[in-house]
Amino acid sequence: MTEKTTDGEGGWFEGLERGDLEGAREAIENRSAESPADWPAQAVEAGFATDEGDYYDALHEATVPTAREAAAEREQSDDQQLIHSIRAMDDATRTANELAERVAEWAGSRFDRSETGIPGARAVAAREPENPADERLVGLAARVVALDEEASDLREFVERAAGEVAPNLTTLGGPVLAARLIALAGGLKTLARKPSGTLQVLGAEEALFAHLRGRAPSPKHGIIYTHEYVRDTAREHRGSAARALAGKLTIAARIDYYSGDRRPNLERELDARIERIRARSDP
Amino acid sequence: MSDDPGTSGDGASDNDASDSDAGDGTSDTGSSGSPTLPAGVTYRERSGKSGPCLATRGTPVYGEPSDGDWRLWDARRSKVAAMYEKGIDLGLAGNEKVLYLGAASGTTASHVADFSRVVYAVEFAARPTRDLVGVADDRENLFPLLADARTPETYAHVVEPVDVITQDVATRGQARVALANRRFLRDDGRLILAVKARSEDVTTDPADVFEAVLADLREGYEVLDTARLEPFHADHLGVVARPR
Ligand SMILES: C[S@@+](CC[C@H](N)C(=O)[O-])C[C@H]1O[C@@H](n2cnc3c(N)ncnc32)[C@H](O)[C@@H]1O
Repeated sequence: MTEKTTDGEGGWFEGLERGDLEGAREAIENRSAESPADWPAQAVEAGFATDEGDYYDALHEATVPTAREAAAEREQSDDQQLIHSIRAMDDATRTANELAERVAEWAGSRFDRSETGIPGARAVAAREPENPADERLVGLAARVVALDEEASDLREFVERAAGEVAPNLTTLGGPVLAARLIALAGGLKTLARKPSGTLQVLGAEEALFAHLRGRAPSPKHGIIYTHEYVRDTAREHRGSAARALAGKLTIAARIDYYSGDRRPNLERELDARIERIRARSDP
Repeated sequence: MSDDPGTSGDGASDNDASDSDAGDGTSDTGSSGSPTLPAGVTYRERSGKSGPCLATRGTPVYGEPSDGDWRLWDARRSKVAAMYEKGIDLGLAGNEKVLYLGAASGTTASHVADFSRVVYAVEFAARPTRDLVGVADDRENLFPLLADARTPETYAHVVEPVDVITQDVATRGQARVALANRRFLRDDGRLILAVKARSEDVTTDPADVFEAVLADLREGYEVLDTARLEPFHADHLGVVARPR
């Protein structure tokens, strides 16, 4: 707050020069009032507006850019929340699996038959400890189970949030791939600015550096390999499929960042492209 | 929303001629016959369609079919339109000052702005607000506010007392939102509320949910009329109330 007027008193326009849109935004976003008042009349009385119509013009001029900028900023920060949550999801999954291995190894020394992985940890967590060592083992297994559940909750959140942050990218790539691409790029804005050739190899940075040092062929795909349109396409057509998918994902990211419309056509176009690529007889 | 009351808009735009402006609507509608429509709202006949459709006058917003100046106002896309179709009298004359809670992309808010003096449109999600701002660009009487309807003090320094509150927030605590915003409503004002049962509780029977919401609402409002919004909106209740 730059002004120390008005907490709970005046209207948003109080103390503002007409046309000071920055001040107006600051006032609309940060001030508050317990109850409404006849702001148009007060604005006229204060000389801020000549009449009610003039006041509404000023209000429109102030609220539209304020809402536009505030929404854009919020969306920006929504993509950062998505990035944190997909990284946390990966960490939680990886850590749960690592600890599950430890549990399995330990449990193998105590009980004859024991499963491995998360199901193994779940079985151990359900046991009655018989001695102090068991207590620690069962306690650890319970943490593994809880961590695995947290990973599922994080995935659910990612699935919901990705569709809000980037609806078209999510429709084409699925929520997890959409979130990973945004995370690899550092944000939806930076993703939207990348050429499709870069998006195609995002996540294959190591292979790309090896290639640049002359030690490997250029990678044909990065994280988009996880998409069925690349993974399940015959090897000889995979490069074309990756290029086609990357092209559409790039367009989707741009629409999501710049306009936010939904374009169901993109999906149909991509489906048709991939079908044609897969139908080719020669590489 | 799979029910199709026979109004799938596509292409049925022009030349439906019929110049009758009066909202006589050849009523096939709900409970209490044909409600009085505010000035600026009418029924338009559409060629090849089974019945007339509500319409307002303004710049098209979301690809809705139009007929001359008139933009069709589809009850399946708007709970306020559905309330009219169901025969609730909303008590609007036109040219009111309106506070709209849960404006989303501005679909309904744009129609309401067509026949109101001003509309303060509150929405708290960023993405739909982006579209709402686009709608407000073309409508100088529509003021978008990115704010949470549960905290009226964050916009009471902008919103003046109004004649009408329309509320369609579809989140838990719908009665509480209406009560918290009562301070904006003039004594003779109207609350037009769409209650979504599933937002309150997905397991309880909608009828019981509605009863509970109405009971809460009565702490601050007198309920004047209600109607289920089927087939336009499943498990929604339309409510008209006035402050008490
Ligand atoms: C069913 S949609 C509204 C559709 C809109 N009335 C129309 O007919 O065009 C509900 C909207 O309410 C918004 N909403 C939910 N809770 C809210 C709150 N506490 N404050 C403001 N908006 C809220 C949601 O983000 C969503 O966009």
